[in-house]
Amino acid sequence: MGAVPHWHASPPAAPAPTPTLPHAAREGGSGLTSLVSITGLSKRYGPVTAVDAVDLEIARGEFLALLGPSGSGKTSLLRLLAGFETPDAGRIVLDGQDVARTPPYDRPVNMVFQAYALFPHLSVAKNVAFGLEMEKRPRAEIESRVAEALKLVELEALAGRRPDQLSGGQRQRVAIARAVVKRPKLLLLDEPLSALDRRLRERTRAELKDLQARLGLTFVMVTHDQDEAMAVASRIAVLNHGRIAQMGPPAEVFDRPADRFVAEFLGDCNLLEAEVLAPDRVRLRGEAIELLVRPMDRPAGAAVTLALRPGKILLGPDGRNMLNASVESIEYLGDLSRLTVRVGAATRLVLTQVNRAGPLPAVGDGLFLTLPPETLVALPA
Amino acid sequence: MRKANSPLGLTGMTLGFVFLYLPIVLLVIGSFNAGKAVNVWSGWSLHWYAQAFRNEQLVAALWVSLQVGVAAASIATLIGTAGAFALTRLPKFHGRGAFRLGLLTPLVIPEVILGLSLLLLFVRLDLDRGIGTVILAHATFGAAYVAVVVHSRLSTFDRALEEAAMDLGATPMRAFFKVTLPIVLPAVLAGWLLAFTLSLDDLVIASFTSGPGATTLPQRLYGQVRLGVSPEINAVSTLLILGVTILVIGASLVSKQRNAS
Repeated sequence: MGAVPHWHASPPAAPAPTPTLPHAAREGGSGLTSLVSITGLSKRYGPVTAVDAVDLEIARGEFLALLGPSGSGKTSLLRLLAGFETPDAGRIVLDGQDVARTPPYDRPVNMVFQAYALFPHLSVAKNVAFGLEMEKRPRAEIESRVAEALKLVELEALAGRRPDQLSGGQRQRVAIARAVVKRPKLLLLDEPLSALDRRLRERTRAELKDLQARLGLTFVMVTHDQDEAMAVASRIAVLNHGRIAQMGPPAEVFDRPADRFVAEFLGDCNLLEAEVLAPDRVRLRGEAIELLVRPMDRPAGAAVTLALRPGKILLGPDGRNMLNASVESIEYLGDLSRLTVRVGAATRLVLTQVNRAGPLPAVGDGLFLTLPPETLVALPA
Repeated sequence: MRKANSPLGLTGMTLGFVFLYLPIVLLVIGSFNAGKAVNVWSGWSLHWYAQAFRNEQLVAALWVSLQVGVAAASIATLIGTAGAFALTRLPKFHGRGAFRLGLLTPLVIPEVILGLSLLLLFVRLDLDRGIGTVILAHATFGAAYVAVVVHSRLSTFDRALEEAAMDLGATPMRAFFKVTLPIVLPAVLAGWLLAFTLSLDDLVIASFTSGPGATTLPQRLYGQVRLGVSPEINAVSTLLILGVTILVIGASLVSKQRNAS
């Protein structure tokens, strides 16, 4: 056994002579051309609508994460893309062809399964060769492409092993090699990291992102873990009740959530009820506190919910939106501390602060807070 | 378990094994007896083995039993495997519980009743009783055993493996032959061996369902014993025990290999 080989030994910046898969790689490097175009896609299971009239464009070469809680429809959407489910309505246009009713074995799409689904009766090399054998490729081509794929995931030395003789991380790499050896137009990953332990998971997600960049393939990954989605994806689609609640780059979805669900699903969030005074000004409900907020398109008098990430609150007077607060409780979390403070008469805020040298505030202390206006996002109430 | 090597435990175990195996050991020793009298030891000999193979009736019965066993086990494997797939794979259909019960009933029905009911059926259908009817009868209860063995393997089979095969370009048919069947095959083989062994052993059901010219080995042995025990019968029985033991060990090796992979 010994140490698990690291399969991207060089940092991404170094132009190492890494193997790439010629045809699939970089065939559409032209930025935002759409590879997949999903319109009005619906899937029901009995009374449950798993996927509800979803529209979604997937760009060539992007790494899209489908993020949502269980039952949000993310896995159903992935299975519709793979062809394991047939939609009740809607179209999936892949590279100009509607494949919504094409069976999985005729789609130029491959998948990395959640528990990898490696064939237990076949060696690593035979697992990877399986897809090419189904295409009835010549033996010499199969051998060279299998060798290439195993080299890509640094498993050449284990080609003769059975899946049950591999570690979790090695199995995952076999599953990836088995899928990319087919040079799919689209690679689907179903919770690819969930079967790994935490430390390995964090390393593997960097490797996954690196692999995607090197192959230039389009990846669609399903996950319920928002950290994982933000760490690897170039774009996140947050799903809820079979619909896409919000889609965008990780920072945009995190910093400017579209609704309460997204705000709360992507991490801790203060939600404050308020009344609109002007497009960039609100008053907190039940308080005499007026705040400047990110400009919005709401009439004066409307009720809104303000979303504010705990990490965006600054300690100390620093520009506009200064508030007096008193500390109610402190949680020490190592790198960070989480403070619960009270502002005004009865409004509580949670804020996190990086622990640097120097004393922490104590319970009962009075503090100055600054809420930067651009971080206060008004959501529908 | 904890006290397995205490004096009391050891004595109990020894007595148990003696109880189980003493008759068999006596039978095996008796088969090597040189003399004709069953209860008088007159030295080691393979005489009765040679004698047994010169007994045309016994050899014919062995041949019938082997034919019945192979044919019945093969039919049972087809039916039992198909039934196991139906139980695990078909979406919940109306009467699935009844189907399951029906498939497994031969396991618990007394042999006499199964034999009698099959006999009545064959008479009703006006089927001439012979080797064909014994095969059908043995396939009936063999299928139940095969279904149990294959069903237990299929119920832990990861369907994602079939999806993975299709994802990689295999049609459902190829996915079955390239992935599902190879993985389930040890269970199917174990089921076949089990059905074959049970067929080889059976006396009761064969007595009800066989006819002239289709006497199985257990029937022949039973018939001869009624005329008096000869060491020849001991010899044939010893060979039968040997054969069945090899098959049972084979079946367990096959299913061990299944667990390992």
